[in-house]
Amino acid sequence: MSISSPKLQASGVRLSFANERMKRNLPVLAGIDLTLREGELVAIVGPSGCGKSSFLNAVDGLVQLNGGEIRVDGKIVTAPGPDRAMVFQQDSLFPWRTVTRNVMYGLELQRRLPAAEMRDRAAALVDLVGLSRFADHYPHELSGGMRQRVNIARALAPDPQLLLLDEPFAALDSQTREFMQGELLKILSRAGKTALFITHQIDEAIFLANRVAVFSARPARIKQIVDVDLPPDRSLELKLSPRFRELHDHIWRLIQEESARAPAEMAH
Amino acid sequence: MTDTPAEQEFVREDTELSLPAVSRWKRHENLILGTISVALFLLFWEASALFGWANPLFTSSPSRIWAAGSEMFRDGSIYPDLAVSAEEFVLGYGLAVVVGVPLGILMGWYSRLNALLDPFVNALYATPRIALMPLIIIWFGIDLPARIAIIFLSTVFPILVNTMTGVRTMERDFIKVARSFGASDGQLFKTVALPSSVPNLLTGLRLGLGHALIGIVVGEMYGAQAGIGYMMQNAGATFQTDRVMVGIVIIAAAGMAMTQGLRAIEKRFDAWRPDHHF
Repeated sequence: MSISSPKLQASGVRLSFANERMKRNLPVLAGIDLTLREGELVAIVGPSGCGKSSFLNAVDGLVQLNGGEIRVDGKIVTAPGPDRAMVFQQDSLFPWRTVTRNVMYGLELQRRLPAAEMRDRAAALVDLVGLSRFADHYPHELSGGMRQRVNIARALAPDPQLLLLDEPFAALDSQTREFMQGELLKILSRAGKTALFITHQIDEAIFLANRVAVFSARPARIKQIVDVDLPPDRSLELKLSPRFRELHDHIWRLIQEESARAPAEMAH
Repeated sequence: MTDTPAEQEFVREDTELSLPAVSRWKRHENLILGTISVALFLLFWEASALFGWANPLFTSSPSRIWAAGSEMFRDGSIYPDLAVSAEEFVLGYGLAVVVGVPLGILMGWYSRLNALLDPFVNALYATPRIALMPLIIIWFGIDLPARIAIIFLSTVFPILVNTMTGVRTMERDFIKVARSFGASDGQLFKTVALPSSVPNLLTGLRLGLGHALIGIVVGEMYGAQAGIGYMMQNAGATFQTDRVMVGIVIIAAAGMAMTQGLRAIEKRFDAWRPDHHF
């Protein structure tokens, strides 16, 4: 791994939402510092409603910051751009587009490639996620796991530098989820991407990530960044190892401490 | 890639296929029951005339309606009426589609335009359009333009309002996806708002059909020279109940056929509806 400029550098990111009903600003992020090196996978975990998704939206450029800055490859983020792509939850596929045309979506918006080239690129990605046989199917004809592969392929199509995943497997059953975790690692290593993802599953975070960032209760800060010192070659048996267990318990305790604080915070 | 570990994933669980075969009766139960009730009703109706339970001068009977109908088709007296009503329908409904769909899309997309026009649309949508008939006669006379106007006014609002709703109720997730991929307003409109409005638009077209048929009948009650509604009006005034019934059957059949056609198209787009979660 080269020690060039970091892929993502968030420093002092502050964000608050105007609450119409209470006529005041609700602080969501209270200064987030996070750096991702190239090729790294970082997971964010934290108590429910702590602002994880808001942080991911901020990195994608979907919301304006109230303080601090986010840089991707050294460039300050102000709006969504082709250097980042978001993998949403499964029902965000366009039901009126086939698998291939869903994957082409980002390329169509950019209008940089001729149609034939877009189609080839999309076909290659559909193949990468193992769905060639379903290229002309519509989303409602696919299973949850298959839809989520399409979602990943759609995000990869514009060749982003940084992949953002917002609880990508939350809607899947536990067996499909474990299978997709392995698939995601394969897809990412084949595509050579840096990724930041949110999950509420601690074991998913440890299994996938090089580091796990634990968010505090809202307004969120980073409570701790846990290095996952497990072998880089991940297999499902890893989840049974004692070290995995230790990491899991450690992160669980961190989140519990914050969850205990959270109700008071949220019960305005 | 090899299919082995993934195969399980690929095969969508299709519970419908693994269910035990259902009997023919179970599968067609609704259809069979519906047919039985209609057949019984027709039999009872026929019997009421046959055994003098009711005066067929008032209530007619299926055989009399059939006889009157086949007579009207055989001597060709019904065709001018059908042609006139069809012309009114095509022009009135067509105009409503041409105006209602684009205006609905614009009102759904531009909230300022919506705010400007909403009071008028709401007021007119809530007013029974028949109440406008005297005004329409003052403005358009009693000929074809007046009947096109009443059909247009009856039909345009359900089409407009449903199209507008379709554009406005885009799923938030889709907007977020489009924005995340850097979509401009125009691209959001073209790639998300338009396709997601299709199911509602079809619903509007279907609701508009019923209103258009009302428009035909009502319009032809005022000074028309031909048309199915006119024929019924005329037959009613001269106590030819059988011919009135023929008109009702024709209108009901046309309405049901067109509604079923549009419903079938709608079904194909059901997976697009914003509240549909596969």
